[in-house]
Amino acid sequence: MSAASTGLAEAKKSEQPQTAEDILSVNNIEVIYDHVVLVLKGVSLNVPRGGIVALLGANGAGKTTTLKAISNLLQAERGEVTKGNIIFNDEQVQALSPNELVRRGCIQVMEGRHCFGHLSIEDNLLTGAYTRRDGAAAVKRDLEMVYDYFPRLRERRTSQAGYTSGGEQQMCAVGRALMSRPEMILLDEPSMGLAPQLVEEIFEIVKKLNKNEGVSFLLAEQNTNVALKYATYGYIMEAGRIVMDGEAAALRENEDVKEFYLGVGGEGRKSFRDVKHYKRRKRWLA
Amino acid sequence: MELLYNIFVDPFIQMYEAPDFLLQVLWEGLVSGVLYALIALGFVLIFKSSRIFNFAQGIMVVFAALTLVGLHENGVPAWLAVPITLGVMYVLAVGIERVVLRPLVGQPDIILFMATIGVTLFLIGFGEFIFGGENKVMITEALGIPTGALEFEPFGGFVLIEEKDLAAVIMAVLLVIALLAFLNRTSMGRAIRALGDDHQAALSVGISLSTIWVIVWFIAGVIALATGIVWGARAGVSFALEVIAYKALPVLMLGGLESVSGAIIGGLLIGLLEKLFEIYWGQPLLGGNTETWFAFILALFVLLFRPQGLFGERIIERV
Repeated sequence: MSAASTGLAEAKKSEQPQTAEDILSVNNIEVIYDHVVLVLKGVSLNVPRGGIVALLGANGAGKTTTLKAISNLLQAERGEVTKGNIIFNDEQVQALSPNELVRRGCIQVMEGRHCFGHLSIEDNLLTGAYTRRDGAAAVKRDLEMVYDYFPRLRERRTSQAGYTSGGEQQMCAVGRALMSRPEMILLDEPSMGLAPQLVEEIFEIVKKLNKNEGVSFLLAEQNTNVALKYATYGYIMEAGRIVMDGEAAALRENEDVKEFYLGVGGEGRKSFRDVKHYKRRKRWLA
Repeated sequence: MELLYNIFVDPFIQMYEAPDFLLQVLWEGLVSGVLYALIALGFVLIFKSSRIFNFAQGIMVVFAALTLVGLHENGVPAWLAVPITLGVMYVLAVGIERVVLRPLVGQPDIILFMATIGVTLFLIGFGEFIFGGENKVMITEALGIPTGALEFEPFGGFVLIEEKDLAAVIMAVLLVIALLAFLNRTSMGRAIRALGDDHQAALSVGISLSTIWVIVWFIAGVIALATGIVWGARAGVSFALEVIAYKALPVLMLGGLESVSGAIIGGLLIGLLEKLFEIYWGQPLLGGNTETWFAFILALFVLLFRPQGLFGERIIERV
């Protein structure tokens, strides 16, 4: 209890204070891999309860690391949070194992889907209920709910997940996370390697889940366009820092975001050389 | 010409002419085959769930058998000694998880493999310190294992089945069935299979490595005790018993390190083949004692042509 309250006090001190409506707040965390490599250099962000927040940025900006720091999958990769704190539902969680975090209602869907290839789709979904203790009937009910959201999975319930298509695997991964009855899903690159139509389909379901089941989402995306369309708020990362944040609508209209991430130039098309020059001249943090 | 006759024709004529003897040979092969399958299953479970090749499996057999016999020597009745030994194996599993595996999470596989060699050396020293190094006799009667023999007369011939072998086969089959049910019917078993497929993903859905590791190492301990009792009843309880676990290596190469059904089929296959080879080819042509190496040579050929083993899990790759 005391740990949680000091955590809250610290959170108040940081630049973005946590409000009662925030389900998750990350306060100025630093992540070091293998005791040597500094990957995150003070990242802070908040996710409001029932919100969809996008974490944007190029390859290697630190989006995945941020999500893994929250879900604490970093442990298994010899990474650790060395500074700052992470508060989920008014409780400091950076020292909890992924297992304990899933029990508290926060689950990550990893980049690249990571289905269990030799297990059937249905078995995959059922592994998501591993941490639950509320009985087989409730699990069965939720399985039907997942099948209602993803009718394609119902059709393929007995196929080995390894032989299903990329889109089906992504659905399987999201459905599997849903089976844990989460309050919050950390969704890493759901659009990776999927056709544009499928990307829209997945994001539509994310939106539906958010509305109907009240699940909050923090999603890391490179597909800035789609992410900002569905998110309410966005953060942009570069080289281990948050360099900009704002309402999704405002970000979509921002000249720099358009220039760097949406591929729309201010005054028509520029040559590549000019773009680089522009980048050098105008830094995000300047 | 005569050599070819002796290799390709004569053995089969003998099998045909003395079917009762063939049955006897097959039965003996089946007995050791079931045991090999059981030990191989212990390896497979640990490998599937942690990518560790458990070098300590052999010494766990010795340790379990020594604990059981040691307890009985000190006046503990047999019906109580078995659950206590199981308890000791559980404590051992928890200890290995806490002291050896947990600090090494995320390290390369080879380091974890080395750690199991460390566990082996520790158990050898610890076992000798507590129970002494001399040979002991398995407490077969005290455990209520029958020692008589059953005789059959099929095909007008004569087949002898020792009751303790029969008991061993029944116990091993029951254990294998229980294990399969556990793996395929329970949520914990599903988690173990999931862990074998994708470690990271298993962690991400909240499967706890520590819990699963304790469980699979405890299962390995139970298997070790079962093998220790059966093999100890045949050959006495000593540190030489360790060798039985290494007989599971060719089984694993044949069956694939990750395949449960492979371990079972591989175990039976090797048990039967090595017995048949010994009786019909080894003794007349090579002077006998081929059982010590036949399985390894067989495994070598399998490795040459199917490196993933006969039943190794197919790597699913979408194109």
